[in-house]
Amino acid sequence: MQRTLSMRAGILSFALLALILLGWQVAVSGSASTEAMDPEYAALMGQSATTGKSAMPGPLDVGATIWKHLKDPFYDRGPNDKGIGIQLAYSIGRVALGYGLAVLVAIPVGFLIGMSPLMSRALDPFIQILKPVSPLAWMPLALYTIKDSSLSAIFVIFICSIWPMLINTVFGVAGTRKEWLNVARTLEVGPVRRAFTVILPAAAPTILTGMRISIGIAWLVIVAAEMLVGGTGIGYFVWNEWNNLSITNVITSILVIGLVGMVLDQLLARAQRLVTFPE
Amino acid sequence: MAPFDNPFDAKRRRGRGGCSCGGHETQAAHEAALPTGDAAIERAVEATLMRALFPHQAERRAFLKSVGLATAAAAVSQFLPTTFVAEAFAEAGKPEKTDLKVGFIPITCATPIIMAKPMGFYEKQGLNVDVVKTAGWAVVRDKTLNKEYDAAHMLAPMPLAITMGLGSNPVPFAVPAIENVNGQAICLATKHKDNRDPKNWKGFKLAIPFDYSNHNYLLRYYLAEHGIDPDTDVQLRSVPPPEMVANLRADNIDGFLAPDNVVQRAVYDGVGFIHILSKEIWDGHPCCSFSVAQDTIREMPNATAALLRAILQATAFASKTENRKEIAAAIAPANYLNQPLTVVEQVLTGTYADGLGSVKKDPKRVAFDPFPYESFAIWTLTQMKRWGQIKGDVDYAAVAKQVYRATDAAKLMRQDGLTPPETTTKTFVVMGKTFDPAKPAEYLDSFKIKRAS
Repeated sequence: MQRTLSMRAGILSFALLALILLGWQVAVSGSASTEAMDPEYAALMGQSATTGKSAMPGPLDVGATIWKHLKDPFYDRGPNDKGIGIQLAYSIGRVALGYGLAVLVAIPVGFLIGMSPLMSRALDPFIQILKPVSPLAWMPLALYTIKDSSLSAIFVIFICSIWPMLINTVFGVAGTRKEWLNVARTLEVGPVRRAFTVILPAAAPTILTGMRISIGIAWLVIVAAEMLVGGTGIGYFVWNEWNNLSITNVITSILVIGLVGMVLDQLLARAQRLVTFPE
Repeated sequence: MAPFDNPFDAKRRRGRGGCSCGGHETQAAHEAALPTGDAAIERAVEATLMRALFPHQAERRAFLKSVGLATAAAAVSQFLPTTFVAEAFAEAGKPEKTDLKVGFIPITCATPIIMAKPMGFYEKQGLNVDVVKTAGWAVVRDKTLNKEYDAAHMLAPMPLAITMGLGSNPVPFAVPAIENVNGQAICLATKHKDNRDPKNWKGFKLAIPFDYSNHNYLLRYYLAEHGIDPDTDVQLRSVPPPEMVANLRADNIDGFLAPDNVVQRAVYDGVGFIHILSKEIWDGHPCCSFSVAQDTIREMPNATAALLRAILQATAFASKTENRKEIAAAIAPANYLNQPLTVVEQVLTGTYADGLGSVKKDPKRVAFDPFPYESFAIWTLTQMKRWGQIKGDVDYAAVAKQVYRATDAAKLMRQDGLTPPETTTKTFVVMGKTFDPAKPAEYLDSFKIKRAS
């Protein structure tokens, strides 16, 4: 029964995809009527003006572009034109740095706050205010104070991805069952040992949920940040192609961004399954 | 007679005959005691800066009284080291640093800066320059202020704005070369092709690339000359160039005055037409500039001079129409402008589709002339004041001379066997009205529609 369900789901996904692609192709293949043009004039104009071709590319165009990028993902033709593989590597590197820093800060701090009900109440308003701030709002401040655009991008990832982890760590630590803590106390377990052997395993699933939310946010932020500071990365790639009004490349990068985001999310989902325990 | 001279000073003559400040026997003696040459400009720049920092006399006096003159002078010169940049451009020496970064915005205005890379002009000066594409004007400004870029492509008014601290901290900047003259256009959505009279444009939403741009000032000028108040009758929006075409297609704006290849791109994509070229407003107007922080010039005079030589040579090469096709092919690829070749070619050769079904020929559509006339800066300053971006008094000539380094450019051009113009100022005509750089205040007064009081 289980197998047939997943098989049926697979078939349905496939059918949906085919339907979407077909609809897309049909929607863009119609051409608007155009007036007759002087050939000399027409030579100076783009296809959408001369033949009425839709400015939106079809799935075939996008497929061809994806193939082109996959064939040669690591080319480097100067500082402003690099292959999509190199751009992705830059972005993932930045995310790893900013997110790594956020993990290093959020989990210990979350532990401290979680273990003290007073601190957790006192700091809550600050966290609540800073949490929903958009990455783009941090950017000018970061550029102005840090005075280095690549560090600013990392800082923005850090500041945006820290909050879900912090909140979840606090929540997980504070929610450790009283009975377990009492048992530890009866056995005269020291505070450090208690933190590592009792609270950490108890809070781990919640902490990892926070980390999973955060990696999603970090990946969302990197695209916006790179669009703004430019130079390298997948966000810059999108901006550069937008500059050329190349919708085909923009759609390609949307797919790639989604794919990488999914992989990052799945990695943490795996990790989460490892630490989950039955109650 | 000055109001506060000392009536008990035996040496001083009361009443008629004294000088304008009261401190000298005669007006001639007063003038002889005034600083001259560079010192005079330095003093004038300081005075302008003090006025900008303290718009109210009382505050200025209180500040000077509380900290003393020496401290005040030191504090102010931090914002604006007024020693002269010209000395920094010494004779050609070995560059202090050969790996340089120059930021640019992907538009044809940046042609000399960009082409100097693929066509080897930087290499010829022994420099290894990375030209880095940047997302927008504010980012270019911030990255140049951060020293991530050694020099950058900026809109011609930006270095003036940065020097005076409009929209950023005041940091003295220099424009040793203008990139291009002309080469902009007003582009309107195709639906307005029968609505060509600006008098009927009330309620239009128009886009400009940046607040401190000659695009902004030219569009405002053009609208105001036709009786449209740019602040109340239309909506002006600052929009990054690539988004202009998309916004025009989405019907969010009615048109824009934008740098080229963006205008031609709108035509190419069939969403807009060229209403007028910017040269029809002011033939020979400057658009973009090659800008360097004055600090950078002082820190590495030889490298900046070498960089500037490369730009001047590239500009001279670009100014010849027969080279334009070759340049278009060099700058159109993804590493630089990332535009279809025909769009860049149409802009640079001046044989272009106008979006209304005809092919126009105007080889002067864009021209490249590096000379940073001080008059350009003065005109820009009058417009900044006209639209309320500058409050208070401006010493037009001093600021212009401080930022637009016409004398330096002339010196380097001569060293390189190019012929610079004889003078650093000139008069020109904007929409039929002559601008005399010696009389900026009168010029400003002559406008009916303005924000300046």
